[in-house]
Amino acid sequence: MMDRSLVFAAILFGLLLLMPFLLPLFGSEYLIGLIIKAMLLAIAAISLDLLIGHGGMVSLGHAAFVGVGAYATAIGLENGIENILLLLVITLAVTGFVALVTGSLALRTSGVYFLMITLAFGQMTYFTLTSLAAYGGDDGLTLWSLATLFGSDIVQSGSGLYFLVLGTLFATWWGVFQISRSRFGRVLRAARDNPERAEVMGYAVTRYRLIAYLIAAMIAGVSGLLLVQHAEFVSPALATWQRSGDLIVVVVLGGLGSRNGAILGAFFIVIIEEVLGSFVHEWRLIYGPVLVLMVLFAKGGIADLFVSKDAKGRAA
Amino acid sequence: MSTTLFLILCLNGLQYGMLLFLIAAGLTLVFGVMGFINLAHGVQYMVGAYLVYAYVQLTGSFIVAVFLSLGTALIFGLLLEFFVFRHLYTRSHLDQVLATFGIIIFLNELAKVVFGPATLSVAPPEFLAGSIQLTETLRYPVYRFATIIAGLAVAAVLYFTISYTRIGMLIRAGATSAEMVSALGVNIQRLFMIVFGVGAMLAGFAGVIAAPIFAIEPGMGDNILIVTFVVIIIGGIGSIGGAFIAALLVGLIDTLGRSFATEILSTLFSPSFANQIGPALASMLIYILMAAILVFRPKGLLPAKGVA
Repeated sequence: MMDRSLVFAAILFGLLLLMPFLLPLFGSEYLIGLIIKAMLLAIAAISLDLLIGHGGMVSLGHAAFVGVGAYATAIGLENGIENILLLLVITLAVTGFVALVTGSLALRTSGVYFLMITLAFGQMTYFTLTSLAAYGGDDGLTLWSLATLFGSDIVQSGSGLYFLVLGTLFATWWGVFQISRSRFGRVLRAARDNPERAEVMGYAVTRYRLIAYLIAAMIAGVSGLLLVQHAEFVSPALATWQRSGDLIVVVVLGGLGSRNGAILGAFFIVIIEEVLGSFVHEWRLIYGPVLVLMVLFAKGGIADLFVSKDAKGRAA
Repeated sequence: MSTTLFLILCLNGLQYGMLLFLIAAGLTLVFGVMGFINLAHGVQYMVGAYLVYAYVQLTGSFIVAVFLSLGTALIFGLLLEFFVFRHLYTRSHLDQVLATFGIIIFLNELAKVVFGPATLSVAPPEFLAGSIQLTETLRYPVYRFATIIAGLAVAAVLYFTISYTRIGMLIRAGATSAEMVSALGVNIQRLFMIVFGVGAMLAGFAGVIAAPIFAIEPGMGDNILIVTFVVIIIGGIGSIGGAFIAALLVGLIDTLGRSFATEILSTLFSPSFANQIGPALASMLIYILMAAILVFRPKGLLPAKGVA
């Protein structure tokens, strides 16, 4: 059972690895940009899936961490820090700290209330970002210098950036895979299915959840860092609740607890946006009802159509 | 700060609070009775505003437009319930969030296609157009008074209905245990439909009376939806009384905060710092209040009994 999803992942990453060599044959910088966009979305979605799929914590404020990570990076860059590793450390520290504060408050609640309080923290983050007048305020900030790897601009554009993003996606996939297989992941799922029982068995449920929340936030922060590298622009719009909604859409479309699904979901969304968007300007008129129909009629997500029942078995 | 300014702001806060209450009433009942998270509730507010705009264009009379809009909003809510929401009551919250998110995307885009992306406005009816002399230096628009009164009237009717009528009793019972009510032979499906339709109509009504005050634009329901969620969390899910108190509280805090946060901060910090932080802090106040309530009083100020 498990091998099939691993095989599928291998095919997926193999294809992504080949893309930069195949696509120039069709002469398309644009497609590479599109794939980077989808991979960044996938990184954030996989991290959210750790919360929703494995932890049962439906957060409607996850995009806030993408925003925090992006701003941590952008502010670092504006202040002359250009080493990408140093920026990574800063991003992880800042998102981790924000997650620690908000998470320890939010996790005093659960269910619908957790959804609402994460929403509130997301909105607070959004308003904080709009207040950073020195860094563009409402309008956002265009970055004139980007991060470097020890002075080399290899991580700034082209295939260097592509492989950096792909590598991060793989690291995220692998990391969350290991977490979900570990004892930690099992406790997390046990707490999702029956928190009282997990508590009685001696697990400090809230602490496990908080750690998962921290990890998810930090991964989302890294996707924010890479987003800055790719878009050369940050704006508070990254942290709006609609963006958090988009992330949930990706996770659910892909199927809960399925990392391959999250990647497929991300590509699905980006492709729909581009393809539908190129035919009809008002593509959302189609996209909205498609979401509704998906929920009503295709419960397991698109991953179900392609992947084995492994993810379901493990997540259920 | 002058007393006059303070008074005006209080009235504005009250009026904003009434608007919030009209939206929150339906949302909190749907949430409390059916356990259903309806992100699309804010869209019904937008629909109300666009409806009244369209009907005013069509009939030329604000009053006629109001009644037509209310009827249409009710029918629209019932149709949504019949075709989509009905099938989601027993689903996970995640599915509900996703489906209603899809509806938001669709209706926001539809509003943009039909009415264009620009903001629209509706003139208040003539007999409510003037302003009243409150004190020597203070005049306040009649229309805004009328919205406050309309909000109070709706609150009174709702309170009476919920507390003293049969249908109100069923709604309260449904909020405690929908299965039990159903087992006692009540057509719970119909009860849900009524609650949903009325909730949609109230949100539409809020949109109608907001139309002459705020700009009508696609997506106008999204932000107020989030504030409404804050209101029902603070008030306690499923509780009309809680929603009323919380709506006023949020309305006043938000309005006063936006005007005075910078001023208060500048007494403590340097003016430039206050100018930078003030507006953001003001926007955050209600979320801070909600977070505090959730942490210290997780079921809200006036929790409805038996709501999980």
